Amino acid sequence: MLPALAAAHPHVWISMKSQVLYDANGAVIGVRHAWTFDDMFSTFAVQGLKSAKPGVFTPEDLQPLAEVNVTSLQEYAYFSYAKADGKKLSFANPIDYHLEQRPDQLLTLHFTLPLKQPIKATTLDLEVYDPSYFVDFSFDEKGRDVVVLKDAPANCAASIKSLNEGQKPPEVPLGDPRLEVPNPEDWGKSWGAQFANQILVKC
Amino acid sequence: MLSRRCAGVAALCTVVLVVAVALFVLHSADALAQGPFGVGTPSGTAGAAAAQSDGIVAWIIAKQAEFYRAMAGTIRSARTDGSALWFLFGIAFLYGVFHAAGPGHGKAVISSYMVANEEAWTRGVVLSFASALLQAVVAVIIVGVAAVLLNATARQMCDAEWVIALISYALIALLGARLLWVKGRGFLSAVQGLRRKPAPVGAAVASPHHDHSRDHDHHHHGGHHHHDHGHGCQHHHHDHDHDHASAWGHAHGPEPQELVGPGGWRRGLTAIVAVGLRPCSGAILVLVFALAQGLFWAGIVATFMMAIGTAMTVAAIATLAVFAKSLAVRLASSQSGYGMLAMRGIEVGAAMLVLAFGLLLLLGYMSVERAACF
Repeated sequence: MLPALAAAHPHVWISMKSQVLYDANGAVIGVRHAWTFDDMFSTFAVQGLKSAKPGVFTPEDLQPLAEVNVTSLQEYAYFSYAKADGKKLSFANPIDYHLEQRPDQLLTLHFTLPLKQPIKATTLDLEVYDPSYFVDFSFDEKGRDVVVLKDAPANCAASIKSLNEGQKPPEVPLGDPRLEVPNPEDWGKSWGAQFANQILVKC
Repeated sequence: MLSRRCAGVAALCTVVLVVAVALFVLHSADALAQGPFGVGTPSGTAGAAAAQSDGIVAWIIAKQAEFYRAMAGTIRSARTDGSALWFLFGIAFLYGVFHAAGPGHGKAVISSYMVANEEAWTRGVVLSFASALLQAVVAVIIVGVAAVLLNATARQMCDAEWVIALISYALIALLGARLLWVKGRGFLSAVQGLRRKPAPVGAAVASPHHDHSRDHDHHHHGGHHHHDHGHGCQHHHHDHDHDHASAWGHAHGPEPQELVGPGGWRRGLTAIVAVGLRPCSGAILVLVFALAQGLFWAGIVATFMMAIGTAMTVAAIATLAVFAKSLAVRLASSQSGYGMLAMRGIEVGAAMLVLAFGLLLLLGYMSVERAACF
């Protein structure tokens, strides 16, 4: 077996806001993300795209790019990992996606990730991170509406935690079963997971 | 009896040292490319290494992220304030230094190549600078042609980058295969040499003292070390050496003057191209960003500053790898004269690493470039 090959380092920074979506029965039906890219990547992404006014892009101008984004993200499981009462959940393909160029020229990608099966849960754990840490995620610094529980039962409350801010990554001892990742797509998860952003909803 | 035990100890030392060098290369060099979106890291130990090295690795990552993000702001302000350019070039250089200290396959390949190839450390410095500068040139050409001349989209540039990356990985794999072929044969003949002369004082071991005296002026320790032994124990396969004398594997170590000669340059060319062909994604982002700000030239200068910083770190790591190897070989020789075997073993191990890097990169297990096209 091949020895250690450590992980990447970020080239893209995303500041995120998320909504956890509920149906009328109080079951979680999905997540709606709004991911704002950093200055450099926002500029890079629009290179060569056509627009009526140079440098100013409407959502229509950006729709083909949004399409590319959500399609590419599929391979990375949308960087979103969810568990309900300890059970892993899986997401269907994204819907309602578009890109928005903000007045400060940063791009924001909006998209909804529906759960394959709506689920009622007392504890919902949603983590957003790139296992390979090419993308650095963090909660939106402005801090307003960072996490919204949309149509959630009144007794539900959310809390957030960033593992990458001022906190030491968790210590995982050698030989820990968590380090045994059987699937290729899970490789390196333990590295990127150190920089995860966790949304915890308790009902 | 005693000599057999010595042999056992030496063999054990050899194995331990090969593993140590391999780990050294992989660890200090943390082999992973900056693949846009998605880099797989082969399993268990990777996680363990990462989890354990939160201190320095996390610090390096944090530092380079800081410099990288500062570049965007600095380029913006350089539009109105020319003095910001000097700051930009400074942080581009620092970014290069830290960037190369973090994960990236370039230094791992170069270090392994150096170890496999019994090169003088000066040569590692040349290889590091040449490949880093080539990376910068490729990045400038991609953005210059694609974005400036053709007004290509980011997606198209990513695709181009991906194709170039694949070629680069294939070259690394070929380089590794070639090294393994040459070095594997060298290893086998070292084993044969030992079989023929089991006594530790055989010709194979020649004179440790002799070697030590050479070590002291350590310009070309590896080369000479081997050179001396080559004639001592390898007469029976002399033809092998000559077959490959001009190949990358060149069985005889280079004389110092060869390093600067035209032949010396040619030998390293494949390694330079294999490593330098794939541009750093960060450089491409910086160039496109600078272009959008109307400061493409500043982006070019920053890219070369990054390359110089990168080269310095890679050169330092490659130099360490070369000295680690010569130390390992020296320790093995002092045991019982298994120095030749130790050196050959280390070289074969390093050659296998180069091949493994190439294959893993090529097959997408180490770095998945396509998602740059995000």
